[in-house]
Order: sequence, then structure tokens, then C-alpha cells
Amino acid sequence: MNTHVIELIVNGDLREVAVRPNLTLLQLLRDHLRLTGTKHGCGTGDCGACTVLLDGRPVNSCLTLAVEARNRTITTIEGISTSGTTLHPVQQAFVEKGAVQCGYCTPGMIMSSVHLLRTNPDPTESEIRHAIGGNICRCTGYTKIIEAIETAARAKKGSGQ
Amino acid sequence: MSEQRKTLIGKRVPRLDAHAKVTGTARYTGDLSLPGMLYGVMVRSPVAHAHIKHIDVSKARAFPGVKCIITGNDVPAIRYGNWRLVPELQDETVLAHDCVRFIGDEVAAVAAIDEATARKAAELIDVEYEPLPAVFNVDDAMAEGAPTLHSHRENNLSLERKIDYGDLEKAFAEADYIREDTFTTHAVSHAYMEPCVALAQADADGRITLWTSTQTPYYVQCLLAQTMELRENDVRVIKPHVGGGFGGKMELRPWEFCAAWMARETGQPVKFTLTRAEEFASGRRRHPVKITSKIGFKKDGSITGKEVIAHLDGGAYNGMGPTATFLIGNFGAMLYRVPAYRYRGNYIYTNNPPAGAMRGFGAPQALFAGETQMNLAADALGIDPIELRLKNAMVEGDKIPGVATIGSCGFIECLEKVRELSNWDERQADARPGEGLGIACYSFISGGVFNWFNTQYTFSAAEVRVFDDGTAQLSTLAADIGQGSDLILVQILAEELGLEVSDIRLVTGDTATCPQSDLGTWGSRVTLMAGNAVRDAAHKVKEQLFDMVSLKLNLNVIHEIECGNGHIYPKSKPAHGLPFGDVVAMVQRSNRGKPLKATGYYTPRDCGLVSPAFSFGAQVADTSVDLETGMVQVNKMFTVHDCGTELNPMAVEGQLEGSIQMSLGYALSEELLMEEGKTLNTSFLDYKVPVAEDMPPSVSETIETYEETGPFGAKEAGEGLACPTAPAIADAVRKATGLCCKDLPITSDKIRSYLSGD
Ligand code: FES
Ligand code: FES
Repeated sequence: MNTHVIELIVNGDLREVAVRPNLTLLQLLRDHLRLTGTKHGCGTGDCGACTVLLDGRPVNSCLTLAVEARNRTITTIEGISTSGTTLHPVQQAFVEKGAVQCGYCTPGMIMSSVHLLRTNPDPTESEIRHAIGGNICRCTGYTKIIEAIETAARAKKGSGQ
Repeated sequence: MSEQRKTLIGKRVPRLDAHAKVTGTARYTGDLSLPGMLYGVMVRSPVAHAHIKHIDVSKARAFPGVKCIITGNDVPAIRYGNWRLVPELQDETVLAHDCVRFIGDEVAAVAAIDEATARKAAELIDVEYEPLPAVFNVDDAMAEGAPTLHSHRENNLSLERKIDYGDLEKAFAEADYIREDTFTTHAVSHAYMEPCVALAQADADGRITLWTSTQTPYYVQCLLAQTMELRENDVRVIKPHVGGGFGGKMELRPWEFCAAWMARETGQPVKFTLTRAEEFASGRRRHPVKITSKIGFKKDGSITGKEVIAHLDGGAYNGMGPTATFLIGNFGAMLYRVPAYRYRGNYIYTNNPPAGAMRGFGAPQALFAGETQMNLAADALGIDPIELRLKNAMVEGDKIPGVATIGSCGFIECLEKVRELSNWDERQADARPGEGLGIACYSFISGGVFNWFNTQYTFSAAEVRVFDDGTAQLSTLAADIGQGSDLILVQILAEELGLEVSDIRLVTGDTATCPQSDLGTWGSRVTLMAGNAVRDAAHKVKEQLFDMVSLKLNLNVIHEIECGNGHIYPKSKPAHGLPFGDVVAMVQRSNRGKPLKATGYYTPRDCGLVSPAFSFGAQVADTSVDLETGMVQVNKMFTVHDCGTELNPMAVEGQLEGSIQMSLGYALSEELLMEEGKTLNTSFLDYKVPVAEDMPPSVSETIETYEETGPFGAKEAGEGLACPTAPAIADAVRKATGLCCKDLPITSDKIRSYLSGD
């Protein structure tokens, strides 16, 4: 199998990697770049644990080939806060509202939420439920996740972000 | 120190690990890798029952990149299982010897330089099976002449559990109304989001370190040592963050063994990661059970007696089945005063994948039957179902003779509150077709008193060290698998020592560094048992600190001393305290430098056969059914629960909300579809767990009681709630449509075919 050398921007850094054509973006992130924040829950596009932003849009990285990310921009859970010490408002709200239990769905859930609030800063509850419809959580029953997203939306509005 | 003593009990403190989890820095086993690491895959049986005639691994072994292959012939044929107390019940070997008993039974394992290589090599292993007749349900398994799964159990009856008290014949003779119903429940998956992973490393001297996604590191340590013929102390088990368990990660699993064995064979670390399809197809599941329940009432609604007969489809091995078999009997007699009771629980082997412990541990099945039957009886007696329950409700001090004594109990208050919250009385008067309000209740254990593991240690232990900088360290093997027990234990210690949560360092999840021992996470035991061990350790440390304060302040012996706000002070003169760290320094100096630490323990003693404490609760499901399509829509859930003291309301709410999601799936959408022992739906596409849009709005309220046996009065939250949702929805659906669904799940197909008269 031919390997391809691709360039892509991951969390703001230009990376050059040699990849097999069948390597998934999830494998690239986790195994090659050691960005293990993105989780593997099913590998078949059904759980959302592996959600990352590809040119700003959420994708299941387990179904995306690494080569598809050539010359594109990837944002993972490790890359959404602007500095190492402060949390993104969505992350902050997840902590405060108790939206995290085992935490395995959390990175994917947060990526879907970040995208939602970028495209729809003031979502209704049903828009929130819809936006995280592809992210399964087995621990929280989603209640506190939805509360956290609502809180983050309010916080962002308040801070004019 | 004039301000009031701050308390952490009942505070909405955020989780300790939340920051790591929202930034992606929390490490799960799958996130770990070691230099030179090999990748393992399991080879599983494609047939439900067969003799293994021959295994040819030569082609696989020759495949480039393959480093190790093992089959049952290469490892000791040691039977293991959590039921060490009754060795006869330990019926599993890590790899199949001679015989496979279910589709997915582990036959061999391959370790290679990468996963793709290991998978290809696995396909090259040639196993010659000689098929045997197989059985896939309880009735066939018990039939005359049925094929036998285990030679020491000729009729496939692995075990029988009994509970008997009172004069049942008399009870039924005195009853004005008797009914008997049969219920069946189905297999569902834990569907924890993190598939199982294990990573093992062997030292040059053969000692093993295993990182694994487990809820019971101590069990894994002991059983891995047993199956590898090592000493327990030669095995170190480390539990990184775990992405949920719900009962599905509480046994030694074959891939844990294979990782360790192959790491020793190759001298290289070995990691196994299960696929989601493997998890669904061959993972543990909730026991399908057939329950026949007969109950007698007087005209006024009082229960005279009850008989429950249960048959559990255990699948091919026992696993945690013997415990579930007993608990179904216990929960058949819970909630209500039952003067006479007979229980017969039968655990039957079949060639289905083995069932195991899952949130509720027998109670969801028992209470689906029991609570549905209560609703049917209420109708027949012409008594409101809440009234009927109030009439019979257990109260503090009630006993299941020889089995359990009820401690704190807010059951009556739960019933009254849920009636008010759900507007029950008005809604009953105003029933409309296609709509219904259904009710069901629950009780659950706060940890089990049973010692089926036959541990030689206390059930929980915690070591507390305190430092002269005013901080403390807590180490315990209690296993947080996502439920948040780490925070609760730290909160308990901080409360005891009068420190902040952030003053406490937690060391956990490592059998080599944490005190012996802790039985892990199951049966909602951690808060109560590990919490009590933490308090015990804290009290021992405080005694020394208090002695020093008494000396330093020259206190009259009648003074009570207290910790609070980072100080230690006479209770009557809080302003005269000394900083916590200063007192630690003094104690340390008085002991010529010896660090100040203590280990606390807890083992439940003299509290029956089940649990030191029971939670209670009641739930109402407001439900509509589309009378054409049979689609069930839960409009709102009302839950009232008694979990003793809420140590952290945010954590309690999280447990309850999560439980409703899992229970809603159990009631309506989740089912492992089986055909001749094969699990047909092995992806989240086909196995439907509720997503955010499926969740109904829900309101919960708490009845506060104080549980004497629990830390600061706390008991179980969130596991018992796995029980009432299915019977509450079944009750609502019956009111909406007339269909009394006695076999779970409640599907639109069943409703449609009932409505169309098929
Ligand atoms: S791992 Fe990609 S959707 Fe589940
Ligand atoms: S927090 Fe466990 S899966 Fe969502």
C-alpha cells in the first residue's frame, strides 16, 4: 500500500505526516499524533465520541480518511481553548454544571457543542438536542449536558465573544 | 476564626476530574502505549456449541509480524470466576478447553506488531469444530434429554436459590383475591461508551503490571494471579480513568489474562482493544428472566403472601449470575410487607453469550414483574395503585425474615410526593384514550454484605496521611468508573478534617499502592463502604490531632474538639483554634518525625444477607401512545427518591438522570436480538440507546432521610432507579391502550398488533 505524505493543520500547528490510504483521521490523531483526547467509541460513525472539527465542521473522525484532511484544518478537544490554563466557555460550563461523568463522550460532545454555538449562538433547547443527536452518552441522561450548553451560550453572549 | 464552620455535605462541588475530562487530558487505558507494544486480538468461536477437535496455528504463526499465539492448550486449564466462595460455581477458563459454549467464546489470542497484522493472522487460525446440539432458551435447556453445557450440571440447572418464610399455604387460603402472572424480560447491553481495553507489561522477574478498564481492580488482581499461577503480590493492577461500566467490567476477562500471559511470553507489552461489535456480540448482558409471580390480597388491599419463581437465562457460564438469582428473590419481597413468601430462583445454562451484573443486579427484572403485578391487582381490587402501595408499604424496622432489616425508609413519603408532583389524582379522573399515567416503585441496596469473592481483607480500606502544610492525602482502591465516587470520598475526608476539597490529594486505582483492599464498584457500595472506611481513617488521625490541641491549649477534658475552616479548635471557642498544618507538625515532632497517617476499614457485619441500607423511590411516567402506529412517547417522568443524605446533589441528580436514560432504553428501544445464540444487532445503529432527542423532560425530588449505617447519613442513588421506569411505562401504556405488556421491551409492534387484534 502506498503511503502519502500529507500536510494538515492540527490545532493551529502545521503537521506533515506519512499515512496509508486507509488510515482514518481518528487513527492519525490518536496513534500518530498522540492526541488521545479524541475517543474511539464504535469506529462505525454511530456514537460521536470521535467528533472533531474539519475546517470548522463536525465530522466523525473514525469515518474520515486521514488523506481527506490533506491541506485542511483540524480542531480537536486539545485545541479549543485559547490558552493552556483557561477553559473554553463550553468546557467551563461542562465542569460547573456536572455535565461530565465517565467523560468518554465528553470530548466529542464538546466539539459538537462548540460548533453549535459558533453557528447558532442562541440555540433553543430542541436545537441543542438536535445538535448533539449524534453523540451518545450513557452516563448523564443528557440533562446536565444540555444545561451546560445553555449556560455556555449565555456566558458567550454576556462576554460578547 | 469567628465565621461559622463550613460544611461540604450537601454542596454541589464539581468533580475533581472534570477539568482533565473536558480538556481531553484524562487518560483511559486506550490512551496508554508503551515502547515496543504489541497488539492483541481474540479469536472467538463462530459456533454456539462444539467440541474443539483441532487447532492449527501454523499458518498464523508464520505470518510476518506475528509474535505470539496462544490457545487453551498453551495455558493452565484453571477454572475461575468471582464466586470463589463456592469453587464449584467457577466454571470458566480464560481460553476454551475442548469445548466452546457460545458464539464469541474465546478460543485463542494473537499478538502482533500492529492490529491489522494481528487480525489477519487471527483469520489464519484454523479451528476444527465438531458441532454439538445447543439450547437457546430456558425451556429447551431444561427439557428432558436436552444437551448439557457443563458435565457437572446434567439438567443445565447451575444453581437454585431459595427464600422461605411465613405460612404461604395459609396466606393464600386467607386471601380474598389471588392472581398469578408470568413475565419475561430481555437481554440488554451495558453499552458503556468505552470498549474494554487491557495493556500488560511483564517485568524481567515475571511480575505483571496490568492497566485495564475495570470496576474491580482487586478481583482482577486475584483472579489473574490464580489463572496465571502467580502469587497475588506478583500482579499489579492499575485502573486508569474508565469510560463507564454499569456492572459489565467487574470480572477477570480473557483479554486481560491474554495480555498478561503474552507480555510475559514475548517480553513486550501487549494491548487488547475490543471492538464495539465484539462488545455487543459477546459481551456480558442483563439476564433475560422468566418470572412467575403469585400474590394474594385481602379485600382491603393488604398482601397476605407471595410466591415468586424465576428462571434466569444465564448463557454459557455463571459469571455474576448466582448473585442476580438471589437478588431477584430479595427484590421480590421488597417494598411491601409480605407476611409469607416463597422464592425459587433457577439459574439455567444456555448456549447464549453469558449474562452478568448490570445496573440493578436482578432488581429491574424482579420489579418489572412485581410492580406490574401490583398495578394489575390494584385495578382488580378497585383500589388506586398508590393507595394499594401505601397500604402495604415497608417502613423503617420492617424485616424480610432471615434476609434483611430495613433501616431508614422514606418510601411512604416518596409515594405521597410523587402523587402530588404528577397530579396523579386529577389525571386519574380525567383519563383519555392514547394517554396514561403509570406508576412503579423501587428499592435498592447500598452495597452487598455477601462475600462470594471470599476476600480475606476488609470490604473497604482507606489510608489518610496529613501534612504540616495543611493538606492531606487519601489513598483507596475504591474504583471511580465515572459515577463520581472519587469526589464523594474526597468530599467526605475534607468534611472530616475541616479542609477544602482542593487540599486533598487522591491516590487511587492501583493495587500496589492503595491499602488492601476494596471490592470495587458494584451494588452501589462505594459511598457507603469506602465512605465509612475514609471516616474511620479520618477519626484515627483526628484523635492524635485532638490530643495535641488539648495539650497545647491546656483544655479541660470536657471540651469537645472540632476541625473546620483549616483549623482545629475547641468547639465552644472556635476562635481559639490552631491551624491544621501546625497541629500536624506538632504531632509529628512529638513522634520524632514519624509521619501522621492512619488506615480506616469497613466491613458490613450483622446486617442480614443483603445490604446495610436500602434506598427507596417512586416514579410516574406520563405517556402517550399513537393508536395507529403504536409509537410510545414518554411526555414526562416524575421521580421521588430517598437516598438518605445527599452528599452532593449535583452528583445525585447526575446518577438519577443517567439512570432514566438507561431504563427508558430498557423499557422501549434496547434489546439484543438473538437468533440461535447469535447476537444480530452489534452496532449502535441497530442497538438503539436513547439520544438527547429521545429523552423526556423529567422532574425529580428528594425525600431526605438519615441512614445510620451510611457516611453522614447517605445511601444508594441512581442504581435502584434502573427498576421502576419499565413497569411505570408498561402501566401507562396499559392505561392508554389496554395492552398489558408482560414481556419487555414494550415495542410499537406489540402495541400495534394488540390494537389491530392480531
Ligand atoms: S467512534 Fe466514531 S462515531 Fe463512534
Ligand atoms: S459521561 Fe459517560 S458516556 Fe457521557
